[in-house]
Amino acid sequence: MATDRRLDDVVARLSADLAPVRRLPSPPVRAACWIGIAAVLAAGLALSCDLPALGRRLMVAPDMWLAVLASTTTAVLAALAAFELSVPGRSARWALLPVPALVLWMSASGLGCLRTWTMPDGGGMGEGGMGEARHCLLNIVLISVPLMAVMAVMVRRACPLRPNLTALVSGLAIAAASATLLNFDHPYDASAVDLAAHLVAVLIVMGLNQVVGARAASGRASMPRP
Amino acid sequence: MERVSPAHIAPSDLAWSGLMAAAQAGDRQAYDRLLRDCIPHIKRVARRTGVRPESLDDVVQDVLITVHRARHTYDPSRSFAHWLGAIAQRRAIDHLRHRGRQERREISDDLAYDAFPDAGTTPEGALERDTREREMRGAVAALSPGQREAVELLAVRQRSLAEAAAETGKTKGALKVNLHRALKTLRARFDGAE
Repeated sequence: MATDRRLDDVVARLSADLAPVRRLPSPPVRAACWIGIAAVLAAGLALSCDLPALGRRLMVAPDMWLAVLASTTTAVLAALAAFELSVPGRSARWALLPVPALVLWMSASGLGCLRTWTMPDGGGMGEGGMGEARHCLLNIVLISVPLMAVMAVMVRRACPLRPNLTALVSGLAIAAASATLLNFDHPYDASAVDLAAHLVAVLIVMGLNQVVGARAASGRASMPRP
Repeated sequence: MERVSPAHIAPSDLAWSGLMAAAQAGDRQAYDRLLRDCIPHIKRVARRTGVRPESLDDVVQDVLITVHRARHTYDPSRSFAHWLGAIAQRRAIDHLRHRGRQERREISDDLAYDAFPDAGTTPEGALERDTREREMRGAVAALSPGQREAVELLAVRQRSLAEAAAETGKTKGALKVNLHRALKTLRARFDGAE
């Protein structure tokens, strides 16, 4: 039959093209590599920031500790989920892994925002609040660029069968890691505008990653050259 | 999550895992046997997902190519059938989505069918159509082999660029160039004939 001949031909060409391959490291190992790169970036930022001031700030506001811890956990769990999702045969439920940490992160940031809001000098909605919000937005997006590039290369090395979901979850990992790293350069507690800026930045990073990551991941299968 | 102990893997799955591990090390015979063995399983998954019988081979081809591209992601400590099934199901869904989009683009206008007579129903119309078809076949046959292949796959058989590229082993760019050149040649020939 013509169709059998066609598939025979496909199998023959694929077999002829076969070369030994190095197995992909497991998702936890790949996630650890990516987190290691984020940690190197964090070390670089720590060198250029006022660490004692950061420590004092975190001591004064316990919910900031919680927010930092939750954004770090979100980044770690989302990275692990993204690398799991990038391998064929892994369950789509991995995408739910970072959700509890994400809820905690948003809640803790909201608490900080609420506290600032109830302070007598207003909720940071003034000119200073807007300037700080712009600063946050720009920094999160800038910090996310190298993390996004590394993530795109690493995810592309696998073969994500759900490119959009993988890109969404890896975008969350990048945004959460960038928000964590932003703490090194963040002189104030979260205000309402500030929190909105974080949210917008997270959505921008996830959206950008959705476009870049999904395109990078969904390269259509093509036959090797004879 | 889907890691299963060897005791719980079906014997055929264990054999496939072994063949894939050998293929990852570069064993072409093992790979050839594995791909041939997989075809009925892929067809079963595609059929269950809702792929029509006439499209099964297209889906199988797409799955085999994806398996080839993703073979380094397979972990031999896990079920091969599960890994392959996930790829087959995803490619079958992609195929159904692609087909759905194509069907939504094509519309049928019953009124237009009623209002306009088919030119081929009159003897003159049928003669004219035959002549045109003969001329067109001759013009396509006179094209270079590469241009003829592009016209046959992309224009006559309505394959997408990706499918044509997969079938011929040529790049999408090369196929596009061949198609444009072929259309230019045909246009010049028929414009000159009018």
